[in-house]
Amino acid sequence: MSAPLLEVRGLSKSFRGIRAVSNVHFEVAKGEVLGLIGPNGSGKSTLFNCVLGQLRPDAGEVRLNGQDVTGLDPTALSRRGIGRTFQLLQVFPALSVRDNLVLAGQEHRGTMLGRLFMSPDAGQRARADELLDLFRLARLADEPAGSLSYGQQKLLDIAMAFMAEPELVLLDEPAGGVNPTMLGDVESLLRRLNEELGATFVVIEHNMSFVMGLSHRVMVLAQGQVLATGSPDEIRADQRVIEAYLGD
Amino acid sequence: MALRARRTLVMIEALQLLISGVSTGAIYALAAIGFVLLWQTTGTINFAQGEFVMLPSIIMLAFVLHGGLPLWVAFAVTLVVSGLLLGVAFKVLVVQPMIRHGVLPLVIATIALGIFMREGAKEFFSNEAQPFPMPVPYVVLELGGVTVTSHHLFCLAVAVVLVLALQWFLGGTRTGRSMQAVAQNAQAAEILGIDVKRMVMLTFLVNAALVTVAAILVTPVYLAKWDNGEAIGLTAFIAAIVGGFNQVRGAVLGGVLVGVLENFSAYYISTEYRTAFPLILLILVIMFRPYGLLGRPEERTV
Amino acid sequence: MGTMRWIAGGIFLALLVLLPRELKPYGIFLMSNWVLFCVVAMGLNLTLGYAGQISIAQAGFLGVGAYTTAILTTRFGWDFWLTLPVATGLSFLLGLIVGFPALRVQHHYLAFVTLGFNILIYLVFRNEDWLTGGAFGIFDIPRPGFLGVDMRDPLSFYYLCLVFAALMFAAAWWIVRSPWGRAFAALRENPVRAASLGVDIRTYTLLAFAIGSAFAGLTGAFYASLLEFIDPYPFALEYSLSFLLMVISGGSATLIGPIVGAGMVLLLPEWLRFAKDYYLLIYALLVMVLMAFCPEGMVGLWRRMVAAIGRRRARAPTERPT
Repeated sequence: MSAPLLEVRGLSKSFRGIRAVSNVHFEVAKGEVLGLIGPNGSGKSTLFNCVLGQLRPDAGEVRLNGQDVTGLDPTALSRRGIGRTFQLLQVFPALSVRDNLVLAGQEHRGTMLGRLFMSPDAGQRARADELLDLFRLARLADEPAGSLSYGQQKLLDIAMAFMAEPELVLLDEPAGGVNPTMLGDVESLLRRLNEELGATFVVIEHNMSFVMGLSHRVMVLAQGQVLATGSPDEIRADQRVIEAYLGD
Repeated sequence: MALRARRTLVMIEALQLLISGVSTGAIYALAAIGFVLLWQTTGTINFAQGEFVMLPSIIMLAFVLHGGLPLWVAFAVTLVVSGLLLGVAFKVLVVQPMIRHGVLPLVIATIALGIFMREGAKEFFSNEAQPFPMPVPYVVLELGGVTVTSHHLFCLAVAVVLVLALQWFLGGTRTGRSMQAVAQNAQAAEILGIDVKRMVMLTFLVNAALVTVAAILVTPVYLAKWDNGEAIGLTAFIAAIVGGFNQVRGAVLGGVLVGVLENFSAYYISTEYRTAFPLILLILVIMFRPYGLLGRPEERTV
Repeated sequence: MGTMRWIAGGIFLALLVLLPRELKPYGIFLMSNWVLFCVVAMGLNLTLGYAGQISIAQAGFLGVGAYTTAILTTRFGWDFWLTLPVATGLSFLLGLIVGFPALRVQHHYLAFVTLGFNILIYLVFRNEDWLTGGAFGIFDIPRPGFLGVDMRDPLSFYYLCLVFAALMFAAAWWIVRSPWGRAFAALRENPVRAASLGVDIRTYTLLAFAIGSAFAGLTGAFYASLLEFIDPYPFALEYSLSFLLMVISGGSATLIGPIVGAGMVLLLPEWLRFAKDYYLLIYALLVMVLMAFCPEGMVGLWRRMVAAIGRRRARAPTERPT
């Protein structure tokens, strides 16, 4: 048994006395896709933000490859190999699509001063073009990201999270707001990344068929606590989960 | 014995500085309140706020000198003129066309407006400092060794009454609460059926009234001069941020604090650097309590 | 477009070289002043336009460089050229310090803090007589020696300023197209997302201020030498606002914007001289009109025009299916 890639132990976070996340444990193995579901306000995003250094947890620890990374800031976590997307679309609209990707990779290699004297593409062009092909954005490479359709920006957003070859990517509602045709593309793309390239994901998602189809394992949060963890089939059959959603 | 006498003297000195500081600070507070209200409801940072105090003082003086009006009549007329110029015209001609372009163009435009008003006052009124009549008869009162002028007391009284009235208006009347709602969240207010446009206009008018009152209080001491606005504007601005941008009481606290600090530092430390101390306070407050002394800090979130 | 740009650039450069030969000394002085202020505005453009950090302290930074060179040359007999690294270094450091608040606050709060710093710097210039000569300033600042050319000749000194500005333009261009430029843009557009991609936004924020300030500080050395006499007034808050105006009115986050803007802000009052005492009134009015109708500046206006013409030419339905 090798150590899990990501290990979260006893994580808690309160806002003004209200416990948003309470004593949450979970782990993610290399190559795994973990789905994270739960009713609105169940603490999914807070949990994400604690793991990703946007928020400082009140208690608990986060380990990456056995190393304690609790409380590190988002930049440091990114450099240690955790990629992420946000719930709301977050690309850099004035930069070109390729520049968005180059940016996502450029800070992971070399020194700060070295980057001033590097070639403009920071040696990231080949990798960027590879992802552009994979995400079928190649013909839009030189367009400003802001001119893309919503679905395309969503793809770009995910591609950026993968640019620096992270060990683990946390996706916050990758299917949110994406139209049904595009949804299939996103799903098959993520599956390909996982199966062919061995990418590891944690996915927050409201779209049940999407997350159940993609995940190896699903964890359900309710009122800040882990309600159940299991295979998609087990979760679908779990009475408590159904109640938690209906009771919402 | 001598030591005790000196100690008393020091106390009296300090008390005197405190009183005049609070009274000047109260005037700053009036300008600062207007500044805060404008910023809350429309996102306008009025870099011309100092000139907004200077202009009514000059208009008032013009009515007194050239129109032969008594000061209080001149004040009433100026209140109307201010409402039109600094309220309506400012909103319609400057803020409205520019607010949609973002913060910076409006910042630059209000700076330009400040220059415009300054130069206008210099060209069309006078480039010399003009004496300005006292709104109440000037009497020096002595209370236990501390001398206080009637003007200081008057400023203090007016400011206190005005702030209380404003608090009552904003918190206790329907219109005032609607104004507050617009200031906090214009979109939500609109959904609640509040006439946002009217409330915004009202805010501009309240600001115009506040600066006109500030003008009649401050000018007897500062004299009426085209470049008065610089100092007043900067101080009002510091007061607004130091106190906290979210409420009227923040601006009041900020105004008084800055007034007192300026007085004490000028007397005890250095006259040359009297403007520096409020600035240092400003920088410290922004660094360590960015939302002001009475403002609420916000969580670091996404 | 590419070749057109090179041709336009060539003509512009030729004008910069040839035009001053036909001007009187005052005209040459104005041109020198403009060329130097272009560099100051370019620096602010890096901070404000590219990295999105509002800074209203640029005149203060210019002053730090100017006073450094003035004091070192007149009091300590340093050679002009030796003062340059000191002027640059000091302004770079000061820029770092002024940048620190930007790590905590943004937008208007940042405007207020930087503005406060500018007034503080100004107060030091005005009040510390022992160092800066106070309100009387510092006289007899020497012109630099350069290959035996007499720099007291206005035209020669103008050419020196021009070479300096050209080098700084190249530096700005280099920074903007390097990975740093991309990181600055990311900082401007979405710092939270940038941080999540490993962009060290703290360091880049501080750098944006420090580099912008260093541009101003280094220029300050030449400015002091151009004027041969400095007092605190050109470094007051209102001149920082002028630099801000140069960047915005020219077109922020473009390389030529600051050059156009500096020309407008500096030369417009000269052209308005016919209006005598009213020139500042007219000037302020023009600024307001410009902000109302063209907040993205002259370069933005130009781009809009080009785009409009382009659309009219290509009425054919060539829209991309998206």
